[in-house]
Amino acid sequence: MKRTVELRDHQRELHYFQLRLAIVGSAVLFSFFVLLVRFFYVQVIQHDYYHTLAEQNRIFVVPVVPNRGLILDRNGVVIAHNFSAYTLEITPSQAGDLEKTITDLSALVEITPKDRKRFQKLLEEGHDFASIPIRTRLNDEEVARFAVNNYRFPGVEINARLFRHYPNGEIASHVVGYIGRISDKDVEELRAQGTAANYSASDYIGKVGLEQRYEKELRGVTGYEHVETDANGRSVRTLRSILPVSGNNLTLALDAKLQQVAELAFGTHRGSLVAIEPKTGGVLALVSRPGFDPNLFVEGIDPQNWDALNNSPDHPLNNRALQGVYPPGSTFKPFMALAALETGKRKASYTISDPGYFVLNGGGGHIYRDWKAGGHGYVDMHKAIVQSCDTYFYGLAQDLGIDAIHQFMLQFGLGQKTGIDIDGEVGGLLPSQEWKQKRFQQKWFVGDTISVGIGQGYNLTTPLQLALATAVLAGDGKVFRPHLVKQIQDSQTEALRLIEPQPRAEIHLSPENVKLVRDAMIDVTKPGGTAAGAGMNAKYLFAGKTGTAQVIGMKGQKYDEKNVLERHRDHALFIAYAPADDPKIALAILVENGGHGGSTAAPIARQVLDYYLLGKEPTPPKPAPKKVEPEPDDAEEPEND
Amino acid sequence: MINQLLAYLTKHLDRYLMGLVTILLVMGLITLFSASGESADRVVGQMVNICVALAVMWIAANVPLHYLSRIALPLYVVGLVLLVGVAVAGEVVNGARRWLNLGFTRIQPSELMKIAVPLLLAWYFDRYEAILKSRNFLIGALLVVVPVLLIARQPDLGTALLVTAAGFYVLFLAGLSWKILAGLGIVGGASLPFLWSMLHDYQRQRVLTLLDPSQDPLGAGYHTIQSTIALGSGGFFGKGWLNGTQAHLDFLPERTTDFIFAVYAEEFGMIGNIVLMVMFLLVIGRGLVIAANAPTLFTRLLAGAITLTFFTYAFVNMGMVSGILPVVGVPLPLISYGGTSLVTILFGIGLLMSIHTHRRLVQT
Repeated sequence: MKRTVELRDHQRELHYFQLRLAIVGSAVLFSFFVLLVRFFYVQVIQHDYYHTLAEQNRIFVVPVVPNRGLILDRNGVVIAHNFSAYTLEITPSQAGDLEKTITDLSALVEITPKDRKRFQKLLEEGHDFASIPIRTRLNDEEVARFAVNNYRFPGVEINARLFRHYPNGEIASHVVGYIGRISDKDVEELRAQGTAANYSASDYIGKVGLEQRYEKELRGVTGYEHVETDANGRSVRTLRSILPVSGNNLTLALDAKLQQVAELAFGTHRGSLVAIEPKTGGVLALVSRPGFDPNLFVEGIDPQNWDALNNSPDHPLNNRALQGVYPPGSTFKPFMALAALETGKRKASYTISDPGYFVLNGGGGHIYRDWKAGGHGYVDMHKAIVQSCDTYFYGLAQDLGIDAIHQFMLQFGLGQKTGIDIDGEVGGLLPSQEWKQKRFQQKWFVGDTISVGIGQGYNLTTPLQLALATAVLAGDGKVFRPHLVKQIQDSQTEALRLIEPQPRAEIHLSPENVKLVRDAMIDVTKPGGTAAGAGMNAKYLFAGKTGTAQVIGMKGQKYDEKNVLERHRDHALFIAYAPADDPKIALAILVENGGHGGSTAAPIARQVLDYYLLGKEPTPPKPAPKKVEPEPDDAEEPEND
Repeated sequence: MINQLLAYLTKHLDRYLMGLVTILLVMGLITLFSASGESADRVVGQMVNICVALAVMWIAANVPLHYLSRIALPLYVVGLVLLVGVAVAGEVVNGARRWLNLGFTRIQPSELMKIAVPLLLAWYFDRYEAILKSRNFLIGALLVVVPVLLIARQPDLGTALLVTAAGFYVLFLAGLSWKILAGLGIVGGASLPFLWSMLHDYQRQRVLTLLDPSQDPLGAGYHTIQSTIALGSGGFFGKGWLNGTQAHLDFLPERTTDFIFAVYAEEFGMIGNIVLMVMFLLVIGRGLVIAANAPTLFTRLLAGAITLTFFTYAFVNMGMVSGILPVVGVPLPLISYGGTSLVTILFGIGLLMSIHTHRRLVQT
């Protein structure tokens, strides 16, 4: 009995236990069901989301900066190229205490105060770029020393980067310009153009000169590498890469050696020279002195150098060839003569007797003086050009009238932008009645025309305009858009694209008239001409015209070169082309405060022409310009009232 | 002759469990090969662990049940003494005092308690069979709490959790009244703030992180975020064996041990997860059947507790990797790399086998 009870109890207990087991079993099933739901949610419903996260985890898209196109001169001389170098870069957001990091780094690699300042400047400019260079061009030893200590510097890394280099330094600096780090303003512009993506991870963009104007050609197309990285950010392998497309190479019309000869010929003078090939409009040389070293800008210029360049009274950053406006002075005269011949206002044989001054009829009897006291005697057009007779051209200008002068000169490109293929060009000024009315709400006076006739007055031209006008004259009226880039070579197909070999306009000039002016200009460089010294023994026909532009009016005083401040001296001008019978080069020179065109500017032209036409290099230790027989050019500006 | 030897050797091995365990171990090795970055060394190392653990399992399976009940108390006492020893003179590894250096070897006494606690409780309740009173449950609870507190102090939240679970399962299966259970629930809920204050900072962080892993993506939330990404990116069919990017590119921490499930789930997808869960369920089911058919209260409670502890391993680990449970150091049973946990788990399985194969010998 008792035993059965126990048995029953036992049975009941077992039952009870099994009930509990069943409960637990259900709990187990429920728990696994919860997991299943979770798996379904994460692995099926949210799969795409997590898939993306996993891909982002592992795949980094690394932009690959394309090789920037080269810039070569017409003979293949390298003007701008790239080289690879190591840079030490800091990513500020990861580096923590920057001061300390830099101080610690300086124990490993040399970091100059200049480097620090530049870093500070770039930091303040606040680009949203990842890393900022603290040192560039590390040598192998420095790279090794840092690599060993890399772990101590989070957010600091060494990168091999391509650097732009301008092997010629100052030579042609204004032409080539430079590239620099992309500024916030650049970024805005790129975004507006929709090309910002092409600049991802790239720090540089053309800022000035050809580097800026031909940015699109030189830039190339950024490539991308899809790099698989591990949790520590180390790249494991490249999954896919889209190769960058190198930028196109530019071949210039410019002759680097000629450019160098021209720049050196300036010595310590400030000024500008532009040489153009009359048959193509190609710019053979474009000088603006003083220049600057464009290499300073590539890695971000340090404040010290920047201040030196920016605050210099010589304004080395200004491109005088395009931006400097000067009265053309007597270099205007050949064009005036041609205008008179073409319009029939003068015959070449028309002769005046020059007393040394000109009296304006009906202008209240105002007197305009010639530069040569006592005058040139009997003067026809030829002599007027050769000796630069002011009196002759005063009368000629009056007969032509300002609007005829304006119209004629307009065709030669004076007083307007030439459309050269670098930015920053200014227009200058070619006065007219209409212009004066607009500008000053004033009537044009006849007296205004008189001084315009000798390239003074309101006339303002850039050296480039003057060179272009000379080239047009040399090329019998063919007008080209002056261009620095001759051809562009596609980096992929190596196909060449020629730039504008066709003239954009042709002025109909009578060959006879052109010849008259040319003959006079040839005689300018012959004995008796104002550039006789510079033209001595030239082995080619050398056509030229001197000029002088006044810097400040010497009211009532006698201009004496020796007694005025250097910066108040007249600017010397000279235009030329050669060989005059088959012009290969036309040029304009302006030497700031150089005094007389014949003595300062013309000798520069002679060196340039001798090199370009004869291959004659100037003797290196060149003494001060030889004193040639003084053939003073123009005199002070006559007073108009 | 050979057949006879084989028959003798396998006499106490349960065929179902043996088969399931073998499949799971092989799955573990396959996953480990991938998780370890295709390291043969790791796989060979784990094979050695498996051999040792299987030997332990075989021994456990062959231990007669009456012997088992006899060692319950001494094992528990030794375990407790060793735990105190750890608290006093344990070695600190990774900021936790878990190991005890015995001179010739280092042991982790907390691991022992995963078996010793349910064993002792089963033995204790068996002694008071039919006259169980609430008092007994109170004592039972005390027998659980003391080692758990010692383990939690080390700190080793994962083991503490498993020991608690093992003890609780015995109490529950022994017939802990629902009233007390409800009361425990209320008391437990009320004591949460107190428990919270007892937790170490990093433990609290883990709980907070569970609630919002993105708050600390590179710190405490990193594990959960990366393992969830692994799971989710695996999708339904998985990325394929050896193709899991999360694992192979180092994004997953602890990917051969506690987080190996993330590797598995990434490469084999939800399909693989279902297969694995079915395998686990079969083991658990077999364990529950063994428990249901066990001859004595002692063996029933022990078998039930061991089986449910196995379940707890699997559930907590998968829950933690998939981001629904806080990160605690609980390995995926039979899959995760590591000798200690493997020995413990297979020892438990061995006991299950022993209970099953010796049951007729004890029949009254």
